[in-house]
Amino acid sequence: MKKRLMRMTACVMAAGVLAVSGTSITARADSGYTYTYDYWGDIQYSPDAYEPTGVYTSADLGLEVNMRAPEGLFVYGEYIYVCDTGNNRILEFKRMDVDSIGFVRSIDGITGDPNGGAFNSPTDVCVTADGFMYVADMNNNRVLKLDMDGNYIMEFVKPTDATFDQEIDFLPSKIAVDTAGRVYCVAKNVNKGLVKFENDGVFSGFVGATPVTFDWTDYIWKRLATKAQRENMASFTPTEYENLYMDYEGFIYATITQANETDIDNGSTDVVKRLNLMGSDILVRNGEYSIIGDLYWGDGGGYNGPSLFTDVTAMENDIYYLLDKVRGRVFAYDDQGRMLYAFGGPGNMNGYFRRPAAIDHMGHDLLVLDSLDNAITLFTPTQYGQLIFDAIEQFQDGFYEESGASWQKVMDLNNNYDLAYIGIGRALLRQEKYEEAMEYFKLKYDDDNYSKAFKEYRKEWVEDHIGIIFTVIVLLLVVPLVIGRIKRVKWEIAKAEIFMKQ
Amino acid sequence: MIASLKKNQKFAEYKRSLRFAFYCLTHPLDGFWDLTHEKRGSIAAANTILILTLLARLMRLQFTGFLFLRVYWPEVNILLQVGSVVFVLAIWCLGNWGLTTLFDGKGRLSQIYMATCYGMLPYPLIQFPLIILSNVVTADEAEFYSVLSGFSLLWAAVLIVVAMAQIHEYKMSKNLLFIVFTAFAMLVIVFILLLFFSMISQGVAYFISLVREMLFRI
Repeated sequence: MKKRLMRMTACVMAAGVLAVSGTSITARADSGYTYTYDYWGDIQYSPDAYEPTGVYTSADLGLEVNMRAPEGLFVYGEYIYVCDTGNNRILEFKRMDVDSIGFVRSIDGITGDPNGGAFNSPTDVCVTADGFMYVADMNNNRVLKLDMDGNYIMEFVKPTDATFDQEIDFLPSKIAVDTAGRVYCVAKNVNKGLVKFENDGVFSGFVGATPVTFDWTDYIWKRLATKAQRENMASFTPTEYENLYMDYEGFIYATITQANETDIDNGSTDVVKRLNLMGSDILVRNGEYSIIGDLYWGDGGGYNGPSLFTDVTAMENDIYYLLDKVRGRVFAYDDQGRMLYAFGGPGNMNGYFRRPAAIDHMGHDLLVLDSLDNAITLFTPTQYGQLIFDAIEQFQDGFYEESGASWQKVMDLNNNYDLAYIGIGRALLRQEKYEEAMEYFKLKYDDDNYSKAFKEYRKEWVEDHIGIIFTVIVLLLVVPLVIGRIKRVKWEIAKAEIFMKQ
Repeated sequence: MIASLKKNQKFAEYKRSLRFAFYCLTHPLDGFWDLTHEKRGSIAAANTILILTLLARLMRLQFTGFLFLRVYWPEVNILLQVGSVVFVLAIWCLGNWGLTTLFDGKGRLSQIYMATCYGMLPYPLIQFPLIILSNVVTADEAEFYSVLSGFSLLWAAVLIVVAMAQIHEYKMSKNLLFIVFTAFAMLVIVFILLLFFSMISQGVAYFISLVREMLFRI
């Protein structure tokens, strides 16, 4: 196994990076706040990619009634919507400045609602480009569609379809809405996938059900067990989704938290998925390790088990962020499923969380809602984080040379960052500098890219040395032939009768 | 003069016995019979092959292309790498000898060692070129490497099995049976060694703590 325990050497290396990184950088490499995993799965502490710009409590935001256990967070443009679940209201804020968030209004009830006109534990909110607001009004068993002034438009209620189990309540907890007004919703106790409604409120089926798998050991156990034992066994049910996020392309990122610890560890359960319209998982998993957040977890200090992702958000550059509710960490992954960095932790300091509930992004900034602290934490990228974005976005836009230069700057700040090496290598590969690219890939064990570079390098080498190669081959063939010929002639002379007679 | 001639003769004999290993590669039945019965092999050649095998094993760690072998150097222990061959070879020879002498095996301990070492020749013979090959192929052509690498082990295994049959003058069925028994014998040896070492270490620990206690009281 490549997995190793974290080592003290990593700290020493991180300290070395700090010494190299110079004075203009405010990143704290020694704090252990931000880290990555290297090829071997060893923790490598890294400069901070994100810094908490501010933590905004109810008082900071200028609320008369403090937030109580808010669960939903949605960012639309520069507006921030928070589902104040405990107070049954939706709050709207506006990003005023780099480091200030101002209160705009509170939506306490629904005008023109035929069913009471009040929210009951709203857990998620979603705002669309065509000016509608969707609210998962959980304990009213409905998803509400409102206009931006809080006027009732319509509601999506429990499907009457036979495929939906009629014995359970419809408890929509998280929602996402596509550009056509179709609603995808995570409902509690529903394990068939995401509940999908057409824009006219008609239930149109489940999306992204997790396939039921069982292996032959389960089969043998079931065969050996008595009937009573079999009934006591856990039935093979697919898992429920925890949260979802619709990205800019209309694909849905969905997370699962109800998963077996060993299944998460060995990668047989995918805790994050990216679903297309057909409900198939199209998430790219090219990283060395599965997308499970922390690779190692102990059991101590009240924290145990693997990372459980309570929310996810994806940026336009296909970098996505997973929010771990167990240890209050944020994990960033790139479009290839390689971990960029992880930061955060449990605690009361700025940038640490007690019960993180939701994450969303505004440009490159991140907002995290803590439902125990009743506060929003605003993160902005540091210079280091910005350089990583630059490098990735420049590569995506086809500016390979610039991307290589940005990765070089990233490497100047963090020598232990595998992705910087591979990034430089990929930029060199695109510039057809194969031999240099090979060096970078070799250092960080990127076999696919190395093979690509090496193939081209080998071709070039053969083309350059074709004369020598031919000469060698010809010599190898001709020289033994000639020698054999000479030997034969000599032998025949020696054997010849004229000479033998004497 | 005579001494140097004798030395030369010895060296020639050594060369001949080493060259005989290549004959055994392609003619195992004939070769391994002659190895002991015609005294064509030598312990010196066997040692040479063993050393080559160990070298191949160590050198592939360092020089194999990273597409095929990635070494986590902080956890590499050269002694363990060497031991994984030498120790297994030692208990294989001991176990095999211990069993076969009881059941009409004609081979002596030194002959078992010699034949096994001769049988290991395909490993260095293929692995050394493979180290070079691994540096000039891409991931798409990885199959060549893995097939050849597997083949080197398979060939060595076949040679060793045949060698055992020939030096003990066993039929193949009896030979295979005794190879399985040897595997069990090896397990027993490992178990006894473990038992022995843990007993010794506990005994030593007892006396150390006794002395410590005494020093503490005085």
